Amino acid sequence: MKVKVIYFAAMREQAKMNEEWVETTAVNADELFDQLNETHGFSLDKSHLKVAINEDYSEFQTELKEMDTIVFIPPVAGG
Amino acid sequence: MFELTSEKINTEKSIDERAGGVVVFEGLVRNHNLDKGVTSLEYQCYEAMVIKEANLIMNEAKEKFAVYDLKCIHRVGHLAIGEMAVWVYAACVHRQEAFEACQYIIDEVKFRLPIWKKEHYVDGPSDWIACHRCGEYGNKKEKSHTHEHRA
Repeated sequence: MKVKVIYFAAMREQAKMNEEWVETTAVNADELFDQLNETHGFSLDKSHLKVAINEDYSEFQTELKEMDTIVFIPPVAGG
Repeated sequence: MFELTSEKINTEKSIDERAGGVVVFEGLVRNHNLDKGVTSLEYQCYEAMVIKEANLIMNEAKEKFAVYDLKCIHRVGHLAIGEMAVWVYAACVHRQEAFEACQYIIDEVKFRLPIWKKEHYVDGPSDWIACHRCGEYGNKKEKSHTHEHRA
């Protein structure tokens, strides 16, 4: 299955890219994060992240679908 | 009603003759955070989701409070000390609703919008600001703690 992952803030710097298409067997965002973390070695722990799927806040356990867009959201700091 | 901009925030507002109370909040870039001297701030955002989530917030505020007019503008990009990062405008019949609506919007904006800021310091490397205590609560939307977010 192919999904798109977009990175922001510290995660963008650590991944050294804005976004990527990922071939994955991960069934949910939780597993996808673990797969990406092996490649990129993110400094933020999963417990500090939220996840958005197709531009909506979602759950780490939500099942992923082909062509989904996933964003792991570091702690926000707007304002 | 909500706008993202990479330009200087335009605070021009229309006058609603029914409104007797107007509250405006301006969030500015300050020259320090905790014990560190700050020289500038860099804002980054997930634009598509910011717009969706911000429109939800503005609609919630409209339902909760008797407002005539609500506006919120958030700036992104690289901002210098003293520049305005966020502007909220609430016009209501009386001051109480205007204060509450303005407070609601800025609180939700800071808590929910996928916007990040990197502080550039007088001494030492720049750093992304991250409130890990917010992240601890996963995807729950309700606030689970109260403390000053460094803005």
